Amino acid sequence: MLSKVAERVYWTARYLERIESTARLISIYDKLLFDLPRSGKISWYNLITINSLEADFNNRYAVRDERNVIKFLLGDESSSSSMVSSLKAVRENVRTTRDVIPADVWYLINELNLYVQENLSLGVNRSKRHEFLNEIIRGCQQMLGILYSDMPHDAAWLFLRLGRNLERADMTSRNIDAAVSGMLEADDIEEAVNSGQIIWLNLLRSLNADISYRRATREAVKGEAVVNYLLTGREFPKSVAYCLKALSDSCADLPNAESVASDIDDIRHRILAKYSPELEGQPLRDYVNELQIRIINMHQRISQTWFPAWD
Amino acid sequence: MQQDWKAYDPAGFYDELISSPGNARLPAKKLISYLKSLSPEDFAARRQAADATIKAMGVTFTVYTDEGNIDRAWPFDIIPRVIAKKQWDKAEAGLKQRLQALNMFIDDLYHDQKIIKDGIIPEFVLKQSANYRPECEGISPAFGVWAHVCGTDLVRDDDGEFYVLEDNLRVPSGVSYMLENRSIMKRVFPDIFEQVDIAPIGDYPARLFDTLSALSPRQDDKPVIAVLTPGIFNSAYFEHAFLAQQMGAELVEGSDLVVQDDDCVYMKTIAGLERVDIIYRRIDDLFLDPEVFNKSSVLGVPGLMRAWRAGNVALANAPGAGVADDKVVYAYVPQVIKYYLDQDPLISNVETYLCYDDKQREYVLANLDKLVVKPANESGGYGMLVGPHSTKKERDTFAELIQKNPRNYIAQPTLKLSTAPTIVGKHTPEPRHLDLRPFILQAEDSYVTTGGLTRVAMKKGSLVVNSSQGGGSKDTWIVDTDADKKAGGKD
Repeated sequence: MLSKVAERVYWTARYLERIESTARLISIYDKLLFDLPRSGKISWYNLITINSLEADFNNRYAVRDERNVIKFLLGDESSSSSMVSSLKAVRENVRTTRDVIPADVWYLINELNLYVQENLSLGVNRSKRHEFLNEIIRGCQQMLGILYSDMPHDAAWLFLRLGRNLERADMTSRNIDAAVSGMLEADDIEEAVNSGQIIWLNLLRSLNADISYRRATREAVKGEAVVNYLLTGREFPKSVAYCLKALSDSCADLPNAESVASDIDDIRHRILAKYSPELEGQPLRDYVNELQIRIINMHQRISQTWFPAWD
Repeated sequence: MQQDWKAYDPAGFYDELISSPGNARLPAKKLISYLKSLSPEDFAARRQAADATIKAMGVTFTVYTDEGNIDRAWPFDIIPRVIAKKQWDKAEAGLKQRLQALNMFIDDLYHDQKIIKDGIIPEFVLKQSANYRPECEGISPAFGVWAHVCGTDLVRDDDGEFYVLEDNLRVPSGVSYMLENRSIMKRVFPDIFEQVDIAPIGDYPARLFDTLSALSPRQDDKPVIAVLTPGIFNSAYFEHAFLAQQMGAELVEGSDLVVQDDDCVYMKTIAGLERVDIIYRRIDDLFLDPEVFNKSSVLGVPGLMRAWRAGNVALANAPGAGVADDKVVYAYVPQVIKYYLDQDPLISNVETYLCYDDKQREYVLANLDKLVVKPANESGGYGMLVGPHSTKKERDTFAELIQKNPRNYIAQPTLKLSTAPTIVGKHTPEPRHLDLRPFILQAEDSYVTTGGLTRVAMKKGSLVVNSSQGGGSKDTWIVDTDADKKAGGKD
C-alpha cells in the first residue's frame, strides 16, 4: 500500500471521528447548560478549551458566547479545526483514496458535505440545532457502518483503525482533562460538590459512556470511578486502554511496526498501569497531561514510520 | 401539457433522433414515445434526480479560473443519443483499422522512417512536429504499439455518416464520464432499459486492465499497475481516481515513485519500495521525466525514461506517441492506412487544407469566413477560428498567424454537425450539435468502447462541445433494432 494512501486513510478516520465527537459534544452541551446553576463554571467556551483552540478562537472573536463558539466550531472555513473544514478534509482524502475506500463512502461524504453546506444556519440557531447535529452524527455512523461491513481487512483497514483509535484516545484524554480542570476551578467545597455531579455526568455523556459506565461499574457517578472507567475500562470502545489495545492489535499486522508498537506498550504498561484512582486534583491533571503528550507523540511516530518524507 | 415534440425542428441539420418533425428515427422510436409519455412534472423530477445523482456520486471536473480551481458538477443532458448497431459496427471496425495503422506509423517514425523515405509524407512535417521526441528513437515498445489508449473524435455531417475529426493519442480523457453517464441514466430512467436493447458499456475498465497487463515486462508475475496523475488539481483527476479504482490499480503521483540504480521503477509503500511494471500515465510527455524533458517538472519521476528504455517498465501511452496527434499528420492518415495496411479507410477524414501548401493556403486565406482553422498541436478546442462565427478582426489575426507559420495550421470546411434533442430550459427539447469520442485500446488485441462519450454544445448554434467551455454530455446508446425484430418474431 502506498504510504501516501495510508496517510490519507489514517487522516480520513481521524477527521471522521473528530466530526462526530464535535457534533456530540455540542449537542450534549446544548442540554447540559440548561441544568447548570447560573454560578457554574461550565460555559460554551469549555468546548474551545477541550480542543485546545483558545488561541485560534481568540484571534477571531472577542466575545466567548454560545453563538461565537458554535460558529467557530461548526462553520468557520478559515479554521482548520471547524467541522466544515474537517468535512472538506475527509472529502479530499476520500477523493484521493477512492481505490481503497468503498464507493458508497464517497457518495455519503458528498451528501453529508452538501447537507452541511446547505443547512449550516440550522446548527447556529438553537431551535433546529439538535436535528442538524443528529444528521451529521448519523452520516458519520453510516460511513463507519459501510467501512465495517464492506471493507476488506487489509492495510487500508488497519490505517483506518489506527487513525480512529488514536483520535479517540486523544479525545477521551482531552475530555477528562477538561473535567478535572473544571473541578479545580470550583471556588469552594460546596460548589465542587454541587457542580461535581454535573461535570462528571457530562463527561460520561460527551463520550456516550453514561449507560455503559453504570452497567460496568455499578457505582454512582463519582469522579474517581468515572476517570478510572474512561482511562482503564477494557470493554468501553472509547476508553484510553481500549484504544491503545486496538492500536497495538493493528500494529501487529503492519510491516515495520516495531517502534510504534513499543511506544504503545510503553504507554500501556508504564503510564496507564500506573494510574491509581487515588490521584486527584493537580496530580491527576499532571498525569492526564503526560498521557496526552504521549498520545500526541505517538502520531509523530506513526507518521515517521509509515508516511516518511523519503528524501 | 405533454412535451412538445411536434415543434422540434432540426432545421436542415442531420438530427440523430428525429428524422422530420414528429417522426423518430427507427433506433430512437421507443425512446421518443417513452419520453412523450412522461408528464412535464415527471420529466422535471427525473431531471432533478439526475442532478442530485451527479452531486452525490461526486462526478465533477475541475475548471481553472482566475479565482482558483472550481470543482464543477458534470453537465449532463438526460435525453440519450441513439445510434443503430449496424452503423456503429462499421465505425468500430474503422477505428480499429485507424489505430492499428497509426501505431505502425509511429513505430516506423522512431525506427526506419520508411514512410518518409518512400515519399508519402514530407520530412519537414515530421521535423517540425511539436510532439516528435528524438529521445524515443530506436525504442521498441511491446507489440510495436505506442498509443495504447486513443480517444478519437467523431462527428456526423448532414449525410449522417461518421467522420474522424481528430485523433487523441496523448492522454485522452472522458471515458469515466461515459461510464458515469450510463450509471446516472440507469438510476433516472430504469424503466426504459427494460424496453430497449441497449448495448452495455461497463467492461471498459476490465479491458483497459487487460491491455495494460499485456505490456508488463514481468509476464510471469501478477503485474503491478499504477495510474500516474498530475494530482488533485488536474481537470481530469476524477477520471484518474475512477479508473485506478475500477482497475484495482494504484493511483500515484510522481512523488510516490522513484527510479533506483537498477533502472527499475518503485513506489513508496508502507512496507518500503515495491516495483511497478506498468504506468498508465496521465501526464504529458514533457513532464514525465525531469532528467530528459522539462527540467523543472515536479509532476514526473526522475529516471523514468531510463527505466522505460531499459524495458523495465511499460508506459502507456508511450512517450512520443503524440507525434501522430499533429493535425497535419491527421491530413495524411488515409495515405498512412493505405501505406501500412494496403486498405482504404473505413471512416473518412474531414476534408482538410494544409496551410503549408501554397495553393491550399491561398484557398484558406481567401475563404477564412467559411472555414474552421485549427493549430496543429493544440487540444481542448483552444486557439481555433470558427470562420462563420468570427469577426473581421479575428480573421485578420488568423491570416497573419497562418502566414507566419503555415506548417502549424490546417483548415477544414465548417461542418454541418449533426444534432440531437437536448433539454433547454425546463423541459423543451431543442436541437443541439454534438460529437462522439469513442475510446480505442490496443496492445496485443484491440478493443473499441460501445459508443463513447457524447459531448453536446449547450448553446444554440454553437459547435464547441468542450466541457471546459460550456459543453454538456449525453449517454450514448448503441441500439440493436434487429433484436427487436427477432424478439417480435417470437410473439
